[in-house]
Amino acid sequence: MRLERREHRPLVLVVLSPILAVVAALAIAGILIAAAGAPVLEAYGRILTGAFGTRLAATETLTRATPLMLTGLAAAVAFRARLWNIGAEGQFYLGAIMVAALGSSVLSSLPGPVLIPLLFAAGAIAGMALMLVPLWLRLRFSVDEVVTSLLLNFVAVLFVSMMIDGPLKDPLAFGWPQSMPVAEHTLLPKLIERSRLHIGLVVAIVAALLVYLLQARTVFGLQSRAAGLNPEGAVFAGVPLGRTLVKVTCLSGGLAGLAGAIEVMGVKSYVTTDLSPGYGYAGIIVAMLANLNPLGVIAAALFTATMFVGADGMSRAMGIPTYIADVTVALSLLTMLVAIFFTQYRIRR
Amino acid sequence: MSAFLDIIASAGLWAAVLRIATPLIFGTLGALLSERSGVLNLGIEGIMTFGAMIGWLAVFNGADLWTGMLVAALSGALFGLVHAAMTVSLGLSQHVTGLGITLFASSLSYYIFRLAVPLASTPPTVTPFQPISVPGLSDLPFIGPALFTQTLPTYLSIVIALLLAYIVYRTPLGLALRMSGENPHAAEAQGVDPIKVRYGAIMAGSALMAMGGAFLTLSAFNSFFPTMVQGRGWICIALVVFASWRPGRALFGALLFAFFDAFQLRLQTVLGNVPYQIFLMMPYILSIAALAVMARRARVPQALMQPYRRGER
Repeated sequence: MRLERREHRPLVLVVLSPILAVVAALAIAGILIAAAGAPVLEAYGRILTGAFGTRLAATETLTRATPLMLTGLAAAVAFRARLWNIGAEGQFYLGAIMVAALGSSVLSSLPGPVLIPLLFAAGAIAGMALMLVPLWLRLRFSVDEVVTSLLLNFVAVLFVSMMIDGPLKDPLAFGWPQSMPVAEHTLLPKLIERSRLHIGLVVAIVAALLVYLLQARTVFGLQSRAAGLNPEGAVFAGVPLGRTLVKVTCLSGGLAGLAGAIEVMGVKSYVTTDLSPGYGYAGIIVAMLANLNPLGVIAAALFTATMFVGADGMSRAMGIPTYIADVTVALSLLTMLVAIFFTQYRIRR
Repeated sequence: MSAFLDIIASAGLWAAVLRIATPLIFGTLGALLSERSGVLNLGIEGIMTFGAMIGWLAVFNGADLWTGMLVAALSGALFGLVHAAMTVSLGLSQHVTGLGITLFASSLSYYIFRLAVPLASTPPTVTPFQPISVPGLSDLPFIGPALFTQTLPTYLSIVIALLLAYIVYRTPLGLALRMSGENPHAAEAQGVDPIKVRYGAIMAGSALMAMGGAFLTLSAFNSFFPTMVQGRGWICIALVVFASWRPGRALFGALLFAFFDAFQLRLQTVLGNVPYQIFLMMPYILSIAALAVMARRARVPQALMQPYRRGER
């Protein structure tokens, strides 16, 4: 038995691979649910109703999918250029704290329509700035950006902790370490009344479309793909590798920072150190499930949010720890890698 | 200035250095072993978490402490097997597979822990490894309390470091390991099967990583809680580069790193007006700085992160 590279990738397999990967991940997670002594199919049924059963649940799932789309895009654009940005978690937090700082400052006397885009930009810039550090270390000292971007996540969260314990601490929070809330008029308008769903979802979907167009229709898109597929070849063909990577870094870090900004302005209005339940890391999974396709990111983020929101309800009803959602989603990353492999290779006897 | 000297002159500092270094020694050696065969294992953070959980859980359910360590090591080897199957047999991205293993292993740890131990206001504990006294040595002034009041796993980690240095440089097995990481095609031509070597190195390395995690719950602390590994795995990956992929230097690097960590912990009490977060950031910033200084100078295994497929160039 040996593996043989396929001449071309069959479209059916490419389309089916994420679905097969998710089914396989659900099957393996099913063993863990069964091991806990719960009926597996009922548990999955409850995850679905927990995520979409009521109007409130559905809006909650979409609210949760919003930051995942943005961090998923952040990972997808970077990975396509073989820039391993694993620091979306830290970039998310820096974006969030930037918005909390500016949104509660003198700037907040500006009218909403001016201030909101300004805060979006500020959050994105904070995310960019953080990712530029690992890129600089890679270009200047040949340091693998995986480890440095990962390590900076811890630094960023500690920095946020320092800020909300110090200069940005909300004096009205009964001693809890949380930042001052952003001004009322910077909060994003709701998409649906009496829910948490806000226009950040629209921003995320528009961002996915823009990234798609950027990658499919522009020189930058071609260059970033070339940088990922074959860096030496790209340089030989005249692609400015360093400059392309800087642009990719800004786009990727910017999207992750924007995710943090939108989460503060759309949902929480202030920053704590548990603002993100791992949105940055989950973004990596979202990107891989989407096969790095920006439009696929929308669907993959919805799947991931479904698991997380649905597992909350299922957990309450059946006594299965909510961590089953994290397990399933992480498993789907591994199964997706294998699925992608079999779109490229086949087994020959 | 005298405050600094007081810190360095305290036996407690040096005892803490060895204690803090132990999980890093295990983890760094595990990562080093894997990378010497040509495979980066970013599953380390999750494997350490799982080892911490499963080792603790075994002891909590009545196993003795060494059985707990063994259970952790076996669990690590299993995750290593998954990593090897995906990165060696299928040749998938070592970066993404490793991150996937980390996310999977850590969430699985929390899931199993939550199932086995219901939520309680105070986490349940086990009786951890006790410091052993070395006859004669432990009674020496200063040196005794500084170096010879550790638990057995700490000494074990140092023995493993020396043993690994011997194996890597002085045995045919070590030669096969290095060849697989430098030039698997040449290894194959010499009758070494790089695929088997890589499987073995990844699994053994992952077992060491899990033991490093188990040290946290069975010696350094006595209970398990989520996020307790706190990036130690990533620090180990940085330490491998700092050590230039040499086991002896890995031991030195882990000790040096632990020295700074133990030092800053004590400095916090002296410099009370500096936010504590600044001190907590230090290990991560230090790791990044070490990478920047050493990355170009370090001798990377030439086939690191290159999948090997027989008969393909």
